[in-house]
Amino acid sequence: MDIFSGWIPQFHMNYVFQWRAVWASLPHLLEGTLVTLEITVLSMMLGVAFAIALAMGRMRTTGVWYHIATAWVEIARNTPALFQVYMAFFGLGAFGIYLSPYTAVLAAVAFNNAGYLAETLRGGFKAVPDTQMSAARSLGMSGLQAHRYVVLPQVLRIVFLPMTNQMVWAMLTTSLGMVVGLKELAGVTQLEQSRTFRTFEFFLAAAAIYFLMAKAILYSARLVAWRSMKRGA
Amino acid sequence: MNALLNTSLTGNDMLFLLKGAAGTLALTAIAVIAGSLIGVVLGVVRAERGWLLDRVLGGLCDVLRSVPLLIQLILFNSFVSLIGFPLSAFASGAIVLSLYMAVNCAELVKAGIASVPRMTRWASRSLGMTYACDLRYIVLPIGLRTVFPSWVGLSLAIMKDSALVSVLGFFELLKSSQTLITRTQEPLLLLLIVGAFYFALSFPIARLAARFERSTLR
Repeated sequence: MDIFSGWIPQFHMNYVFQWRAVWASLPHLLEGTLVTLEITVLSMMLGVAFAIALAMGRMRTTGVWYHIATAWVEIARNTPALFQVYMAFFGLGAFGIYLSPYTAVLAAVAFNNAGYLAETLRGGFKAVPDTQMSAARSLGMSGLQAHRYVVLPQVLRIVFLPMTNQMVWAMLTTSLGMVVGLKELAGVTQLEQSRTFRTFEFFLAAAAIYFLMAKAILYSARLVAWRSMKRGA
Repeated sequence: MNALLNTSLTGNDMLFLLKGAAGTLALTAIAVIAGSLIGVVLGVVRAERGWLLDRVLGGLCDVLRSVPLLIQLILFNSFVSLIGFPLSAFASGAIVLSLYMAVNCAELVKAGIASVPRMTRWASRSLGMTYACDLRYIVLPIGLRTVFPSWVGLSLAIMKDSALVSVLGFFELLKSSQTLITRTQEPLLLLLIVGAFYFALSFPIARLAARFERSTLR
């Protein structure tokens, strides 16, 4: 995926910044931003769903589910995210699975999210004393009810902050879509700058949008936390 | 799946991959060493030189941590070109990764310093230790113990992130594999080799760090 070497124009000291091309492409960049946000949210939802299953598997300490969950978690955490994107996009072809850039990036980021979140959740579950479960069960709750009303709310409170950070990280990771030709923010930026040769201006604009998105995620998470804690207390 | 058994990979190709691996390791080593050195200075300044400096530097660090590394690499590379000072892909990559390591490392250093009880430091100073002595013999050993596992994790993250320098055209491990894939058309085999390399490097070290963390917590 050689997309940059060789043709980056060599500028001189008297470089003149030109932002007009960036303004003109702003609608495209914002469309890309929407795709980025969409993949971020979907990958978080998928990631959390798989992470719950993985965390359950990891807490068994034996059996086939434990080993599957452990393999998933360790591969997700010990290989580069770019490798995971390549694996989803190029590697799965050997099994006859051909994913679109969108699906490949979503699958890779969700896979990555699940691996990291599983360990976060496992830590959260560990931090809730076993006696909470026993108490809920002795009050006549079913196992499912005890999880739903007693254990999970406490776990959620512990893992909320790490989960927010993971979401920012997932958002930043979706920029890898650029290398497989996905038209998310980085990909659109790459396309637009190759049309206009305003590499620096375009990527600076993209950097600003990424920064704002990261801040938006952190602040809205803080808002949600503040409101739910207020109700909880 | 047949591709896994009759491969057209030659010994030369493996050599090519090894060179890529050496590139990955070189980038990682430079970024981790330079980044840690800058990070320690940055962290001590942020923790010890007043809230205003901490806020200003913290804001700058925050920018580097809220923009994808991929974008930072491209931005930096095009920036040095447009000021008329083009660098090689390796140099650009090493600098951006070092800065990224530095700002994250500074955060750890801050946390490490905060983990040392204030009373302990007052005690050392009242025993006649200089400020430098206090940092070296009191804060460093205590703080290092708390943040060392995180530092290992950070270094491993840099190792994995060095794969991104491939977009600038530097032949690190992942890019080397992509080049071979274009020729041999065996993506799965090559990706598995490359993935195994990263995994073999990262997994044992992460495990050791986790064990260290458990042993110090106990």
